[in-house]
Amino acid sequence: MFHRESGVFKTTYGADMALFPLPVARWTVLAMAAVFIVLVPLTVGEYYVSIINLILIAVVGALGLNILVGYTGQISIGHGAFMSVGAYTAANLITRLDAPFWLALPAGGAMAALVGALVGIPSLRIKGLYLAIATLAAQLIIEWTINHVPWISGGIQASIEVPRPTFFGVQLRSQVQLYLFLMAFVVIAIVATMNLMRSRIGRAFIAIRDQDIAAEIIGIDIFRYKLWAFAISSFYAGVTGVLYTYYLGIANYEQFQIGVSIDYLAMIIIGGLGSVLGSIFGAIFVTLLPIATRWILEGVGGFFFSQADLLNIIPNLRLILFGGLIIVFLALEPEGLARLWRNIVSYFRVWPFSY
Amino acid sequence: MPEFDLQFTIALVTNGLLIGLMYALIALGFVLVYKATDAINFAQGEFVMFAAFICAGAADLAGMPFWVAAALALAGMIAFGFGFERVVLRPLLGRPIIAVIMATIGIAALLRGVATLAFGGGTRAIALPVDDEPLFLGPLMLPPVQLVGAAVSLVFLAAFTWLFLKSRMGVAMRAVAESQQVATAMGIDVRRYFAFAWALAGVVSALGGIVWGGMLGVDNQLALIGLKVFPVVILGGLDSVVGAVVGGLIVGVVENLAAGYFDPIVGGGTKDFAPYVLMIAMLMIRPYGMFGSRRIERV
Repeated sequence: MFHRESGVFKTTYGADMALFPLPVARWTVLAMAAVFIVLVPLTVGEYYVSIINLILIAVVGALGLNILVGYTGQISIGHGAFMSVGAYTAANLITRLDAPFWLALPAGGAMAALVGALVGIPSLRIKGLYLAIATLAAQLIIEWTINHVPWISGGIQASIEVPRPTFFGVQLRSQVQLYLFLMAFVVIAIVATMNLMRSRIGRAFIAIRDQDIAAEIIGIDIFRYKLWAFAISSFYAGVTGVLYTYYLGIANYEQFQIGVSIDYLAMIIIGGLGSVLGSIFGAIFVTLLPIATRWILEGVGGFFFSQADLLNIIPNLRLILFGGLIIVFLALEPEGLARLWRNIVSYFRVWPFSY
Repeated sequence: MPEFDLQFTIALVTNGLLIGLMYALIALGFVLVYKATDAINFAQGEFVMFAAFICAGAADLAGMPFWVAAALALAGMIAFGFGFERVVLRPLLGRPIIAVIMATIGIAALLRGVATLAFGGGTRAIALPVDDEPLFLGPLMLPPVQLVGAAVSLVFLAAFTWLFLKSRMGVAMRAVAESQQVATAMGIDVRRYFAFAWALAGVVSALGGIVWGGMLGVDNQLALIGLKVFPVVILGGLDSVVGAVVGGLIVGVVENLAAGYFDPIVGGGTKDFAPYVLMIAMLMIRPYGMFGSRRIERV
């Protein structure tokens, strides 16, 4: 990740596709693992860990959406709803059957994958704009259904309280424990995505994105792979929903409304479409944006505005920044933060002898 | 289900038709842009909201009379339409469809933030120059606001139909929609008509904003009518002005009937839900809508 050779010396496809392009990369990954698994929980305060936890949850969701939008080129404005499907599936399993997390998580993911594939069926006939609108419809219909069917939503307020997961008999109470729990899933999600994209399925996804007709001609069953993309992506979304439910301690459809779908789309646009690193950057960026806006304005804004004004300004400024940044990235850096990162890295690759 | 009641049903349908015409007006903005530029405007609702805010804000804050405020909203939205096309969309020409969709989603968030920041979060009223007293037509009760809204919609729908069919600008826009290359070859400045299309969308949004703002009051929630645009345009066909009208009428009637008959059973919210079910069915059967042009593309 940080080390670069001075040129491209690969002679086989295997070397080109390796997860660890250089031997030293193993050590970098190990060092990062040490930082994130040992150092962060020991040094960072509880409140900051809770923010990092939000980022970790968003990373899983952003990776999933990127598989669909960035790698396969299909659009979904319904990912918030897929997350709610996962969340409510798990919440019902947990409260009714007392299911442990290793059952509730995959079950939530699987249910979301099923619903996602169902929504993806029209993608055979329709694409682009129409698919965007169909998934938007799915978002609204799923939201409405959960809200209006008490059997799913647990009745009043459409919310179900969920206890924190227990791990070998220990309930994860503190944010740090939750952090380690979430980190495990983030690592799994990252490795799974990277491996998926090196596999036959991943290459089929990319072929469909780049030229669907050409992909069909070289023998890729487009319908099947589009459905796969929807299912896998929704599985990630479902797992995200379950993780978020664990984090909040409550499953509530209001946490998964259309704004969430748009937030995740913004993550992958700002981070970089079709890039694992981009999904991570985007998740960090979009999660921190409102928090940072609030910090800065509460710190500095007091000199310029009254307290009541600030309460009005903060959420609106957040919207303005959010919308503005989406547009700026689309217009100026379509490949997002991941591209900026690559530019920086490749600048230092031959530094200081860049000519 | 409540007993079938003819009078109740007629009231629902009439009301639905009036509302439907007002939906059609907003949907028209979407259709105009899609027809001419192939771009999809996910911010149509926010356009409408923003126009309503300009009108209400000018009347409230600066004390302008209604007509001046309305003219200001109109001018502001035309300028905004031009500016949006010029600054945001032109760099995105030739990029994948999701780029344009996300750009309009981005501008939607931006507009929402700017509008609330500039005009405050409270609900403002637009004082339309009409009576508040409902009009009684036999057993039917018709709020004048809706009648005026429907009338404005009808007038402008007719005007836009004429514009598209007869005027030089309309013919040029249709040519651009048909094929940008051929249009360029015939000496039409494609980019100019792209800008015109967005300016027209601004005009329609301003009208819609004034009418809807007059009926519902002006706040952030006004943008939610943008969500109604999609069922309307999918039902009618994305690139058809007639389709926008028919789709608007259908959505207006269906959502009113659904709300009247199903809301007591399921406990609310059917109004927003029913049009989307209809839309999904349409997407499955005829994705190009009732009046849309069929684009065959086999994969």
